[in-house]
Amino acid sequence: MILKANFSVMALEIPSTLEQEIDERITHYPVSKRSAVLPVLHALQHHFGYISEEAVEWTAKKLDLLPIKVLEVVTFYPGFRQYAPGKYHIRVCRTLSCAMAGSFDLMDSLCQAAKIDRSGVNHHHPIAVSEDGKYSIEFAECLASCGTGPVCMVNDDFHEKVEDAAALLGQYRD
Amino acid sequence: MSEELVSVQIDGEWHQFPKGTRMIEACRQAGREVPHYCYHPKLSSPGNCRMCLVEMGMPPRPKPGEELPLDEAGHPPIQWMPRPVIACANTVAPNMGIRTDSPLTNACRQGVMELLLINHPLDCPICDQAGECSLQEFSVEHGRGESRFREQKVKKPKNVDIGPRVRLDDERCIMCSRCIRFTDEIADDPVLGFTDRGSHTVLTVHPGQQLANNYSLNTVDICPVGALTSNDFRFQMRVWFLKETNTIDTNCATGANIVVYSRENVIYRITPRQNNEVNSDWMPDSHRLNFHWINSELRLTAPLVRENGVFRECSWAESLQVAADRLRSYAGGDIAIIVSARLTNEELLMAKRLAALLGTDLIAAVPRTGEADNYLVSADRNPNMNGVKLILGLDDPVAKLGEIRSGLAGGTVRALIVLQENVIDDAGFTAEELGRADFVLSTYPLANPTADASDVVLPGACWAEKSGTMINVTGRLQRLKRAIDGPGLTLEPWELLRDLIQALGGGNGIYSADELFKQLTHDYPEFAGLTLSQVGDLGVPLIETGQTIPLIERERERKARGIIVG
Repeated sequence: MILKANFSVMALEIPSTLEQEIDERITHYPVSKRSAVLPVLHALQHHFGYISEEAVEWTAKKLDLLPIKVLEVVTFYPGFRQYAPGKYHIRVCRTLSCAMAGSFDLMDSLCQAAKIDRSGVNHHHPIAVSEDGKYSIEFAECLASCGTGPVCMVNDDFHEKVEDAAALLGQYRD
Repeated sequence: MSEELVSVQIDGEWHQFPKGTRMIEACRQAGREVPHYCYHPKLSSPGNCRMCLVEMGMPPRPKPGEELPLDEAGHPPIQWMPRPVIACANTVAPNMGIRTDSPLTNACRQGVMELLLINHPLDCPICDQAGECSLQEFSVEHGRGESRFREQKVKKPKNVDIGPRVRLDDERCIMCSRCIRFTDEIADDPVLGFTDRGSHTVLTVHPGQQLANNYSLNTVDICPVGALTSNDFRFQMRVWFLKETNTIDTNCATGANIVVYSRENVIYRITPRQNNEVNSDWMPDSHRLNFHWINSELRLTAPLVRENGVFRECSWAESLQVAADRLRSYAGGDIAIIVSARLTNEELLMAKRLAALLGTDLIAAVPRTGEADNYLVSADRNPNMNGVKLILGLDDPVAKLGEIRSGLAGGTVRALIVLQENVIDDAGFTAEELGRADFVLSTYPLANPTADASDVVLPGACWAEKSGTMINVTGRLQRLKRAIDGPGLTLEPWELLRDLIQALGGGNGIYSADELFKQLTHDYPEFAGLTLSQVGDLGVPLIETGQTIPLIERERERKARGIIVG
């Protein structure tokens, strides 16, 4: 249970284009605004990189819900992050085929190359961030390319048969 | 809901139920209790605990041109389904069969119990819920007796402060969601929810918010396990030591039905008792917790008589003799009586007799008003103002208070009798005003400023220490029952009034509260033909007041719409 997110609190600034997009998504659910909670959260996470406490409260207000009803959804899906990831967020597949193809070794070498300490990772804090905040990493379940493991994603880019961690990170320097 | 009846076979016996009856209620009515956690008749049924799984069957569909062979009683055969169904959210159907005690049903219960206990601490001896825990009870009845789980249990937050009166132990929570549904549907304060997923799911109050509404302690009552406990009651007393007394709440005119839990004349807790006409299954925290003063050191424990300006403790006989001698010395018109609307009908009848004996009709009651909360709390904070109106025959029992005050100031009221009230703190009288009277007799449970200004002070029992009947805001006659004994020489108000009337020479042959009730049935047509056993634990409608209880009206509507069983 995450009662207090440990990121620095920043005032939530929703750009008008984002709010327009969210308002449009809500119109897809004319019977119950509550049903729009997932699309709204996706839009917010896509923009901010994670769902902050303020984002939970903003969403609740937007959809006429109590914040706890939004927090239930945020904590239910591991896909929603409650902490800020790095600029480049890496997801390493750990499901059977990739695990057999060496994804745990890949995780170790990526962490080493990106200077990420995963010792604090647990069920409630699945993401580890590098000291400079540039990279973050977590294990993901099957990324649907079992024949080309180990695979990983960096932000929205998909990488197959990843063997050289440093070379991979080299593509994401700035 | 249609009144059409359907035949249902439960454990081999055929019964009839109205169409639309939930299977779990049908089983209960047939005397086959189905264990359950998430189901509560006053809340929506999410069907998430799976404890009420039963084996279900329906008659097979006959081949074209064939008819089903019926047994001697005319019932068709039943084809049992290979999978169980939940009894709480499904309704009965014509010729349905239910098995609450079959190998399949028992295997389901054992399986559900095993899964529920995987992450639940097995430390009943130190859990406050022990003795009234559904998990403990169903584990004995339906569990395996031994755990096969050899892994680490999931650790969750314990002793969480989720509100001023309720405490949460997340490890004991079995995720039935009753408390969440109560705060959503009944208390309209949805601050609770489940966060995380799977075996990590925890009950949470939203960060920065609290479960603080005036109905929060009802979540403790409906929590089937030891997850939610009352800050006031937890670890104070094992429940099996407590004596239960069915009585009514006296903090407002609603008269919520309650159970008082006491041991050795000390009240430990109060919980609501189901009465669908009055308080459903709920009660406000403010009323529930207003009992600690009963054990206060300020309790009066013996009659007091003022001599040379100083109070002296004395016997009942002596104090009543002093009071009677003084009262006899006044003409009826010199005497005023202030009664409490916290008195029972029986006590009010005695007060009426006292007034008649003394020859006064200057009699009034002290009003107590607050804000109605649109749930269960009535604006009238007296429990029996309707009784005062009926028994004393007063349309406006408060009206003569002003007359009594001006009578005190003008010297026309020379003797004042105050029954179970503190008129200085609660009716705006001043000590100086009371001082103008030649003689003041007051009764009350606690030492108070009115007693300080009295000549004779008598210890009268509080609501938990007396029996009788009261009439609530809707006009319902309900029984107040003595749960504990008053401290020291305390008498129930009707007893001390009986003795005072006798000391005044007006013996009337009434020696028990039951005889007083009989007298009420004689004297008042509204009571005609009633007996105390008819009034029973749930009360009976007595008079029309045209008033309703908002929460009850809303529950009736939800029941009519089929959202709850009711």
